Amino acid sequence: MSLLEIENLSLSIGAVPVLSDVDLSVEQGEIVALVGESGSGKSMTALTVMQLLPHAARTSGRVLLDGANLLEASEEHMCTLRGDDIGMVFQEPMTALNPLKTIGEQVAEGIRWHARASRAEAEERTRRILDRVGLPEAKFPLSRYPHELSGGQRQRVVIAIACALKPRLLIADEPTTALDVVLQAQVLDLLRDLVAENRMGLLLISHDLAVVADMADRITILRNGQVMEDGEAAQVLSVRTHPYTRQLAQASTHVPEIRAAAAHNTLDSPQAPLLVVQNLTRDYPGRRLSLLRRGAPTRAVDDVSFSIAPGRSVALVGRSGCGKSTLARMVLALDRPTAGEIRFRGETLTGRSEVELKPARRDMQVVFQDPYGSFDPRQKVVKLVTEPLHLLEKSPSRAERRDMAAAALAEVGLGPDALDRYPHEFSGGQRQRISIARAIITRPRLVVADEPVSALDVSIRAQILDLFADLNARLGIAYLFITHDLTVARAITDEVMVMEEGRVVERGLTHAVLDNPQSGAAQELVSAAPDLKRALERRLREQG
Amino acid sequence: MKALANRSLLAGCLITALVALMALASFLWTPYDVTKLVVADRTQAPSLIHWFGTDHFGRDIASMIMVGARNSIAVALVAVGIGMGIGVPLGLFAAARGGLLDEALMRLNDLVFAFPALLSAIMITAIFGPGAINAIIAIGIFNVPVFARVARAGALSVWPREFILAARAAGKGQTLITVEHILPNIANQLLVQGTIQFALGILAEAGLSYLGLGAQPPMPSWGRMLFDAQTRMTIAPWMALFPGMAIVITVLGLNLLGDGIADLLDPKSRRRR
Repeated sequence: MSLLEIENLSLSIGAVPVLSDVDLSVEQGEIVALVGESGSGKSMTALTVMQLLPHAARTSGRVLLDGANLLEASEEHMCTLRGDDIGMVFQEPMTALNPLKTIGEQVAEGIRWHARASRAEAEERTRRILDRVGLPEAKFPLSRYPHELSGGQRQRVVIAIACALKPRLLIADEPTTALDVVLQAQVLDLLRDLVAENRMGLLLISHDLAVVADMADRITILRNGQVMEDGEAAQVLSVRTHPYTRQLAQASTHVPEIRAAAAHNTLDSPQAPLLVVQNLTRDYPGRRLSLLRRGAPTRAVDDVSFSIAPGRSVALVGRSGCGKSTLARMVLALDRPTAGEIRFRGETLTGRSEVELKPARRDMQVVFQDPYGSFDPRQKVVKLVTEPLHLLEKSPSRAERRDMAAAALAEVGLGPDALDRYPHEFSGGQRQRISIARAIITRPRLVVADEPVSALDVSIRAQILDLFADLNARLGIAYLFITHDLTVARAITDEVMVMEEGRVVERGLTHAVLDNPQSGAAQELVSAAPDLKRALERRLREQG
Repeated sequence: MKALANRSLLAGCLITALVALMALASFLWTPYDVTKLVVADRTQAPSLIHWFGTDHFGRDIASMIMVGARNSIAVALVAVGIGMGIGVPLGLFAAARGGLLDEALMRLNDLVFAFPALLSAIMITAIFGPGAINAIIAIGIFNVPVFARVARAGALSVWPREFILAARAAGKGQTLITVEHILPNIANQLLVQGTIQFALGILAEAGLSYLGLGAQPPMPSWGRMLFDAQTRMTIAPWMALFPGMAIVITVLGLNLLGDGIADLLDPKSRRRR
């Protein structure tokens, strides 16, 4: 008998069908991946197992844990199972912990409640599990609060909470999506080891085929609440029998065709550089220790110099917190450098007033990561897309604005019917298109894109990458692409700069740097980056 | 038409309009003269002659509620207006600038906040003499730090969002961003706070009137009526019941109105209805 057996599970919330006839099983000590794009029902499957569905949910079918049907279990019974027999790791380590409680209290809570352990005993076990997940007490005392830990450390605490009682089933819902690649690799290793040690079953929910190919024994691919394909992970992902599996796999290693044809192969460009950054440094004041005393300042960007030629696409890669975004903000003149100079089209941007910056801003726009957060939810698309027109010398009339907005939307593949709608009426991919339309409406020569595709599903990501490549080819827009995803860097950029602790430690042509990294930081990134092809090759080799 | 489809907005509009109409009507006609004392008819229970009964001076409570509406609503509305008019720009300014200026403004705010409204009202009336106008000013000043805080807190949560960064990349200055992006996004909170402060304004006016610092007799006000009723709760409960209900219904109407407007401003809920 399997540890977890889901049979013919159907779920609807209100009148909306979410899952239909889902079958899935997890054996002891096995890692089963549940893969699909957003809205496919992955998380809802997990919540069904936990019985944490919203009130309007109706389920049919069976969810058996050790032969007992959880769909018929009472809430009381579920309370004893959750945290004890079934553990769960959530995506967002920032919000999964209570900011008012120490990490020790949060881990011990479950132990005391389920195991009826004494305070001292629970503390002892807390110490052991935190040590196990890589937070030894000597460096991370139980009295630490979540805000004193980094994202990766917090996710370790979440895993410690989920695994403290050695549950038989662990559900991890996109456990590494919010982490950079190096942390991701560490957390995945930890999960793998914990599964092996305790013979847990792990249901790993992910949208990332490369991660899954590396981790999972078996895989189930969901789409619109239905199982498309399931089977042995490496087999399914390499043979790709089902057209949807093929589509997903191709999308996740997608390289825009235009780029493949017209890649720049030299570092030198005959043209004068569009953007020159010289010895740029940014310090943030240290934390206030008392009324008059401050701690030492933090150096976010440290003596960075580089240039971008017109029409070039440059990737800025590095781990989270390495100073990528601070650098981008200074380039966009949204943040003032402590020292150094930025020259754009031959003019200096440093120390200029907002009015003097207007002409430069026209030629320099930005696309953000989060297609949800980058729009004012209270304005219509026409107003949002035309916002940069504020930068024009002569303010266009209402009708002109509408025409320009419609033209910009057409450029990114959206119809004029989008003009009078609000951002929440669009999907993530559409929103990112709108965001790009806003960036190109003034016909800029440089677009700074801060993780523009990392919040998107793989197939949408492929389309947006195509769009970026197309705009680069047609309009000659240069890009500064900030990303932690090397697949994206490889797909769309000519050059790569690798940042570490505020410094650019390596720079070169994209394929040269990524195929043969020289610096420690670049090597670390490349080896940690999940890669579908490599992972599959390794798995198939292991299996013979 | 969208506005009519929104039920709470409709109900709020109706109730508020009704109360306003009642206050306006009192200028032209009331069932009885509220300035005339008929001691023989004192503390009569509600009947067909006196719908809501009479008070301890024999005045008709229904008429007093009509006339009192003028005073209570005017005081509370103007006080909210003063609070919003000064407090909101102050809070938005503090949030936009940040740093020392923000700190200074907010500490000044705390100073006003720490001063009880009643105390400042006594101070003001001690200088300028008692009366409805001075009560309004006193309550209005008390409202300023409330709105400044709500506006600042709301604005601070909007400022770090990416669409603000996008607006800055589009070359927009602090003032323009505040007007175009910040204010619409915190309008909800401000409206809700507005209805709360309105209710508190009515109560504050009642308190001031009780101390003789608000509306001067014979001018009736809801608050005054309540306080008069206080000691006669057991013998004439209607004296407290009807002015109390008038306050409850007015505040309810304004709350519904505030909610309705908030929904109307939110494109997400607009689509749902």
